[in-house]
Amino acid sequence: MAESAQTTGGGLSPEASEEDAVHARDTGGMRSRRFVGIVLFCVLAAMWLAGWYSGTSAQEMLSLTIWGVMLGGILALGGIGLTLCYGVLKFPNFAHGEFLTLGAYVTYGMVLVLPQSNPIWRFSFGWELIIGLLLAAVVTAGVAILLDRLLYRPLRRHQSPLVLLAMASLGMEFLLRGIVYLLWGSDFHFYYSGRSNPALHLPLGLRLQADQLFVFALALILVVALYWMLTRTRIGKAMRATADNPDLAQVRGINTEQVIAWTWTIGAGLAAIGGVMYGLASQLRPDMGFVLLLPLFAGVIMGGIGSAWGALVGSIIIGIAMQLTSAFLSPAYGPAVAFVLMVLVLLMRPQGLFVQR
Amino acid sequence: MEPSLLLKTCFLLVPAVLLGGLLLSGRRWLLRLPLAVVFGVVLAFGVALWLPGIMDYLVSFCIMATIYAILSLGLNAQWGYNGHLNFGIAGFFAVGAFTMALFVTAPPSGAMVAYAQQWFGLQAPFLVGLVAAGILAGIAGYLVAQPILHLREDFLAIATLGIAEIIRLIFQNERWLANGPQPLSGIPQPLSCVFDGPTCTWLPDWLVQILSVLDQRDYSYLYLAIVTITLAVVYVLLETLVRSPWGRALRAVRDEEASAAMNGKPVKALRVQSFVLGAVVIGVAGALYAPYMVTIDYSHFKPLFATFLVWVMLMLGGSGNNKGAILGAFVIWAVWSGTGYVTEAMRAALQDVAPDVASRMAFLRWSFVGLLLAAIVLFRPQGILPEKKRVSRFLKDVPED
Repeated sequence: MAESAQTTGGGLSPEASEEDAVHARDTGGMRSRRFVGIVLFCVLAAMWLAGWYSGTSAQEMLSLTIWGVMLGGILALGGIGLTLCYGVLKFPNFAHGEFLTLGAYVTYGMVLVLPQSNPIWRFSFGWELIIGLLLAAVVTAGVAILLDRLLYRPLRRHQSPLVLLAMASLGMEFLLRGIVYLLWGSDFHFYYSGRSNPALHLPLGLRLQADQLFVFALALILVVALYWMLTRTRIGKAMRATADNPDLAQVRGINTEQVIAWTWTIGAGLAAIGGVMYGLASQLRPDMGFVLLLPLFAGVIMGGIGSAWGALVGSIIIGIAMQLTSAFLSPAYGPAVAFVLMVLVLLMRPQGLFVQR
Repeated sequence: MEPSLLLKTCFLLVPAVLLGGLLLSGRRWLLRLPLAVVFGVVLAFGVALWLPGIMDYLVSFCIMATIYAILSLGLNAQWGYNGHLNFGIAGFFAVGAFTMALFVTAPPSGAMVAYAQQWFGLQAPFLVGLVAAGILAGIAGYLVAQPILHLREDFLAIATLGIAEIIRLIFQNERWLANGPQPLSGIPQPLSCVFDGPTCTWLPDWLVQILSVLDQRDYSYLYLAIVTITLAVVYVLLETLVRSPWGRALRAVRDEEASAAMNGKPVKALRVQSFVLGAVVIGVAGALYAPYMVTIDYSHFKPLFATFLVWVMLMLGGSGNNKGAILGAFVIWAVWSGTGYVTEAMRAALQDVAPDVASRMAFLRWSFVGLLLAAIVLFRPQGILPEKKRVSRFLKDVPED
């Protein structure tokens, strides 16, 4: 176990395929991806049955499952940025949750300022939210790059150990949260308070809000776009090379500082969009980033650090588990459920589902 | 000097003498003891004569700073000497505090049953609660350490952050355990009967006579003595431990895990031991916190106060140096309390200009402490008092770097 833990580098490998897993070193028995996947599936099925047994109807459980996938989509937007930073920069960024908060609140500020258009289609929001969203992604990415220039890059230059970078990011977590509190106060907000958002009636008796469909569709599109970027474009390949071996990447003529700047831009931008999606799906609260931080990390570690697909799959599993358990457990325990699943995966496969080494 | 001031000064002698002993730790005991006493007497009477107005404030400040110093020492045992990134101090702190509360309070009776619930109430003595808090926090630490500790070091940070959140959520949501979201109140303070006059039957009459000039309000002077004695015991214990072969093995595991394992050190066991030791110390700090507050609830154990500030304290004071841990706790607690006045002044100044922003000035402190930690990590990661490399008093001829 100690061996496999040591070799868990941040392999940024979205191209994980079943064949690779077969050839990987530690495929045997309890450590194989297939076995862990089966165990996770059984856990989710057990949660399903537990919810059903506790008196929730099968239809409601199905709705909860779908909502879980939606929540997973939101978590994935934050998680992909987190896993990219983790893979390229090699430290867990505890301030990542605050990027979600910041994005959500900047959009909120924009929505208040911009003229309101009529709601698009069946959604509860108009074009001003889309514009605000894009601006918020830019602002959040700017903040991330600023933090990198002022804090993380000097630390990298000093060859600081991982733990000091992690600690600095914890400091930034409190800095950013303090700023959000300072600018917008500690009250909860809605993007459009009082605007009705009727659920659409879908087959099988499912009831979903149009917003939720939007959230998930956007998450899916962004993840596919990111996958395309990582595998097909020059900067994506450079990013994976840097994650794999920074020194070698530099020797081969890759500008690693530029790659890192791109990583922050993409990570923080996606996180900002995720934050807006979370705000649409529930509400805006200044501590939302911190509340989501644990599920984010759980999804990232479950999927394997550095793996974008892993973050997506891990986040969706976490999202479903959090929603399913709310049928028989107080929803406040969502982070606890995420945590337990994370520890379960760590015990069986410390490198995560989608990392081979 | 009036008798009440004189008595207060006498209570102040305990922390003052202990401080003297700490400052003079390089000397031989024959010299150190009398010098510490002289230092203590001068300090205590100096404070009483020159600053009698702020003595009460100073005492309450010192109690909190001392509790933070114990937390900081506990973190030092984990991070300073063995490199565990524990971001979940709040969790073990809460376990200690609530254990103490449940052990020493009485279960609600009469009309209170409708308003307050708790799992059990043993009405045990303070010391029993203190030991139980340490043991339970240690058990919690052991349970956390088992599955996570042998993985990558950053996983521990994430896992402990999660555990602390979960522990707080449990205390927030489980009504039967410790009154859920409602505060758990009426935690008895140790020896508080001393100031109540005749309720302490075991006290000799002449002492009751002397103490009768003080009233319940002055209890914090006694409590300061209690917490500083606990701090001294914890400090001496930890210093002895880290100077022992065991402590050297801990540092070896921290710096060169592979070489330590090659030299036959049980790496995994040592890592678990140091983590549990730190958790026990943090639990003891929690046990001291609960009676001081009298009323505790889940909101006292949010990451800012109970995890983050402690990290800033230890990093500023110097990780791997127990004296630094104590120094950092006092300095940062002073800074934190001081920024309270600054933000209050800013709030008052902005009240007329922008009342909305003025009411949020308190959150400025969060950002400030965040910046402070970043600055320490960036400019002086070794802290004010860096770690001493010489670890044994038998190595006299090796220069201390």
